[in-house]
Amino acid sequence: MSIASVFDIAVVALILAIGASTILVRTAFAAVVMFAVYGLLLSIAWVRLHAVDVALTEAAIGGGMTGLLLLGAVARSRSDDVDRVRVGYPVRLATGALCALVVAGLAIVVLHPPAAVPTLAPVVMENLPPSGLGNPVAGVLFVFRALDTLLEKVVVLLALLGVWSLAPDRAWGGTPGLQVYAKPDPPLIFLAQLLPPVGIVFGIYMCWVGAKDPGGAFQGGTVLAAMWLLVIVAGLQKAPAISRLWLRGLLIAGPMLFLAIGLAGWVFADAFLAYPEGYAKPLIVAVEATLTLSIAVALAMLAAGPPERAQQQ
Amino acid sequence: MSLVMDIWTICAVSAGALFFLAGTVGLLRFPDTLTRLHALTKVDNLGLGLITLGLLPQTSSLLLAVKLVIVWLLVQLSGAVVTQLVAGAIRQHGADG
Amino acid sequence: MSSLLFAASVFVLLTVALGLFAILRRSADVDRLMAVQLLGTGGVAILLLLAVASEMPPVVDVAVMLALFAAFAAVAFVRNASGVSREARGE
Repeated sequence: MSIASVFDIAVVALILAIGASTILVRTAFAAVVMFAVYGLLLSIAWVRLHAVDVALTEAAIGGGMTGLLLLGAVARSRSDDVDRVRVGYPVRLATGALCALVVAGLAIVVLHPPAAVPTLAPVVMENLPPSGLGNPVAGVLFVFRALDTLLEKVVVLLALLGVWSLAPDRAWGGTPGLQVYAKPDPPLIFLAQLLPPVGIVFGIYMCWVGAKDPGGAFQGGTVLAAMWLLVIVAGLQKAPAISRLWLRGLLIAGPMLFLAIGLAGWVFADAFLAYPEGYAKPLIVAVEATLTLSIAVALAMLAAGPPERAQQQ
Repeated sequence: MSLVMDIWTICAVSAGALFFLAGTVGLLRFPDTLTRLHALTKVDNLGLGLITLGLLPQTSSLLLAVKLVIVWLLVQLSGAVVTQLVAGAIRQHGADG
Repeated sequence: MSSLLFAASVFVLLTVALGLFAILRRSADVDRLMAVQLLGTGGVAILLLLAVASEMPPVVDVAVMLALFAAFAAVAFVRNASGVSREARGE
């Protein structure tokens, strides 16, 4: 058994153990912390599976963002004393059985694949060069399945609308109720001043490098969102009111540009979301850049939660 | 020359890994939450530093080496601040035996 | 050399596992915050070793991501754990 296999087995065992502890732990807060640890560990597993783009997203979303979102949910339900809620035994049994069924199905598919495993990877690699992209994931996202990517970005906006709709009527258009440090101590202020510039550079780098190497708009956008949230949580900046025009403009800029280019494709290149000859890469880069900003604002506002206070005039 | 670099890598990475073990032993054996936090941060950061230094000769490009150093500095910065924050939280809630 | 680096990453992974077990033994919420810190350092070390061992430079970017988001998660968690957060609604 090679040393790499030993590593893989150890990672899998650790992930399973952390997953178990997420369920078995007593308080909701501890479960959220364990879930974030689980996400961070999963990124290592994705690296071992040679899916570096997914590893980047897992570390960002599964590790940091989901932790913040779940914590917000736990904090909001504290009035109901979420730790006291006890789920009945039959429900737990049924959930466990369903999960086991899904795992069994996946295991069968992975361990006994059909003789010729159907894969489009060679076709993708063949058709990638004309677009000027070097990263096959970017190729799938923006060239071959661009419609899915466009719809996904719209779904993010719909999710944000869903979160905003939780606001009480009087607070609509107001400031999100993201919990911030009441009295941030100097080390936190230091971090919130020093880390964001590094993070912003890295976020832009992630978007830029996504055309050729693992990365892309989503990863870059998540980093930017996290840096913005850090500054807000540390109390260095106030959360913006959701009625602000620049906020809403940035949110829709990415999908709108994507849609516009897609419609222009009808005129210039025969099909919706087709790119004219030779212009594919600059158009994709432009779309990715705008999408990075839109995703950053959308994710940050998703994590910030629904508006709690009416906007100060 | 490359033999010297390989020896340096082996020594530094092994030392770094040993420091990680020492940090974990501290986590297991130290009596108090604050001392455990100390073991975790100081020793693990030192371990990461040694591993980074050990990996530097093995990198194929200058950009990669610079990135490695940047990661290390990033972890130093965030580790120091997060430790302060966690220690503050522990002090507020009372150290657990 | 690469098998040696893989071996080192296995070793660090085992120490991280042991550390997580040590943290989970205690039942205080505040102790769990250290798990994120542990992942932040240990996970980065593992990823750096993997990046060089399997000669995949993009994995260093994953290490930067991990470092950034472990710090971010820790800041968010401490905000809830220590109870020093301002209740934005009632302000």
